[in-house]
Amino acid sequence: MASVDTTTNAGQLLAAASGGRRRLGDRVFSRTAVVAAVTILALLAGVAIFLLSEGFPALTASASELPEGKTFIDYVAPLAFGTVLASAIAAVVAVPLAVAAALFITHVAPPRLALTLGYLVDMLAAIPSIIYGLWGIFVLGPAAVPVLKWLEEKLGFIPFFKGPASATGRTMLVAGLVLAVMILPIVSAVAREAFAQTPRRLQEGAKALGATRWETIRMTVLPFGKSSVMSGAMLGLGRALGETMAVTIILSVSGAVSFNLIGQANPSTIAANIALNFPESSGLAINALIATGLALFAITLVTNMGARAIIARSNQE
Amino acid sequence: MESSAHSPVLGQVQTSRLLSGGLGWRRRSVNVVMTALIAGAFLLAMIPLFSLVFEVAKRGIPGLSLEFFTSDARGVVGGGGAAHAIVGTLVITGVAAVISVPIGIMAAIYLNEYGTGRLRRALTFFVDVMTGIPSIVAGLFAYALFELFLGPGIRLGVMGSLALSVLMIPIVIRSAEEVLKIVPNHLREAAYALGTPKWKTITKVVLPTAFAGLVTGVMIAIARIVGETAPLLVTTGVVDSMNTNPFQGRMQNLAVYAYNEYRSPGVMKQASYDKAWAAALTLIAIVMILNIAARFVYRRYKTEIR
Repeated sequence: MASVDTTTNAGQLLAAASGGRRRLGDRVFSRTAVVAAVTILALLAGVAIFLLSEGFPALTASASELPEGKTFIDYVAPLAFGTVLASAIAAVVAVPLAVAAALFITHVAPPRLALTLGYLVDMLAAIPSIIYGLWGIFVLGPAAVPVLKWLEEKLGFIPFFKGPASATGRTMLVAGLVLAVMILPIVSAVAREAFAQTPRRLQEGAKALGATRWETIRMTVLPFGKSSVMSGAMLGLGRALGETMAVTIILSVSGAVSFNLIGQANPSTIAANIALNFPESSGLAINALIATGLALFAITLVTNMGARAIIARSNQE
Repeated sequence: MESSAHSPVLGQVQTSRLLSGGLGWRRRSVNVVMTALIAGAFLLAMIPLFSLVFEVAKRGIPGLSLEFFTSDARGVVGGGGAAHAIVGTLVITGVAAVISVPIGIMAAIYLNEYGTGRLRRALTFFVDVMTGIPSIVAGLFAYALFELFLGPGIRLGVMGSLALSVLMIPIVIRSAEEVLKIVPNHLREAAYALGTPKWKTITKVVLPTAFAGLVTGVMIAIARIVGETAPLLVTTGVVDSMNTNPFQGRMQNLAVYAYNEYRSPGVMKQASYDKAWAAALTLIAIVMILNIAARFVYRRYKTEIR
């Protein structure tokens, strides 16, 4: 960053040399840049303000005026539960796969393939979520039905797989798996970057001492990338929390609060609930949906801030 | 970083274990198993990608026809095309790009060339925040803003564009910042030495040097938002007829079209599903073309920096 400062200084020196007053072109251009910066801050403030002002009526309304005749907290709580549950499944499935994919690209596959394999993983992030939704309900869901049945029969003693198993595959588990595919590239990209930066000295040192490839990875690459993997996982979690269309299409919802991941009756998520109900709602129901959107914004904000804090802390070390 | 010679990650215990004797059967098999697991996990992660592309192509092609690209669905039962949705996608995305690109690139110029102190720190922080806004929340924001001025139930193409801008601006800033950062300082210094004012240095030296990277960044940002569904579902509405005016009336787009054909199929269910998949295929094609073209532009036109 020091070099940027010297050029700034050079610019100032130049301005000073030309009589201390900055040229008109310079003034206009730098003002425009500042205006753009301020516009963005204003836009973000606008997001918070307009969501608050339109969501507020629902926060103060009595239960009888709100959809389903519940107070706002009772309305949003099951949705928040569903949101966190779906995202948790996604993170639990995606993080190990993403780390392995990143290791494969950086340390196992032939180096000249690395770039292409990286593009392939990134392609997963480029596919629109509506298409994941269609794929989930027409392809993955039906394919998962026998697996769900098997889980119910063999592992039914675990509350997650209590059943009865859905006959359509429109379950929390399938929605979580699709979310996992969607966040995998984000987690993997962060991990890949960190793994690729593992100091060569450490890796060569390990190899010189006779470490196998896996031992080198376990002793040098993984410890070096640990905090990046954690922050990548949280960024992925943040993405999963706000993901809308895939869940909207796949999940068959009932408003139940249940840990049963393979059944027909699932809790909805905040984002999916908005997408399902917003087009046909009016009046206070709209305000209530906007207020749930505000809650979602808050949850993702906290998650993303956590991810940034981890990055910042590991950069300091 | 000298201390890493005695790095805790490669501590004494492990070192002595590694040095003791040859490669035992156990260590060798653990290595093979773990390498296989890593490769297997990568292949497992790729299955959805291939399955998805294959299924979208297989199920999308039957719905593609001349009619799909040339006519709208006004007053037709079961038939009709998606021309209105394709045009809507272009208009909504185009307006979003017109809003986002100048603001995003100017803000990146601010961050890289001018920014100092508190405003710079605030912008960096809030661009991070903005990256994490869920797309549906961006849609709700646009709705809340327009509802306040134009009344409840309002649906306009430009509302969708505004929502998409909230998602697109941080992507444009991040990528523009990256490419401006790698423009070497000696170019700027040479311009200053010739007495060039700063704004001319930026517009005539820095931006042209970074041009290919900027274009690539914008194309990838467009590819990211062109398939957004949720924010448009709450802002632009659903409609069967062609509308090219973003400031008046509802406007259809491909993603919402696909969702709607799936969710409310008409009497001819399979025909609707076919059209949903055809729209999905069209969207994937647009996204892939944008991504590939972006990489092509970068490789072909990037300025060699010595």
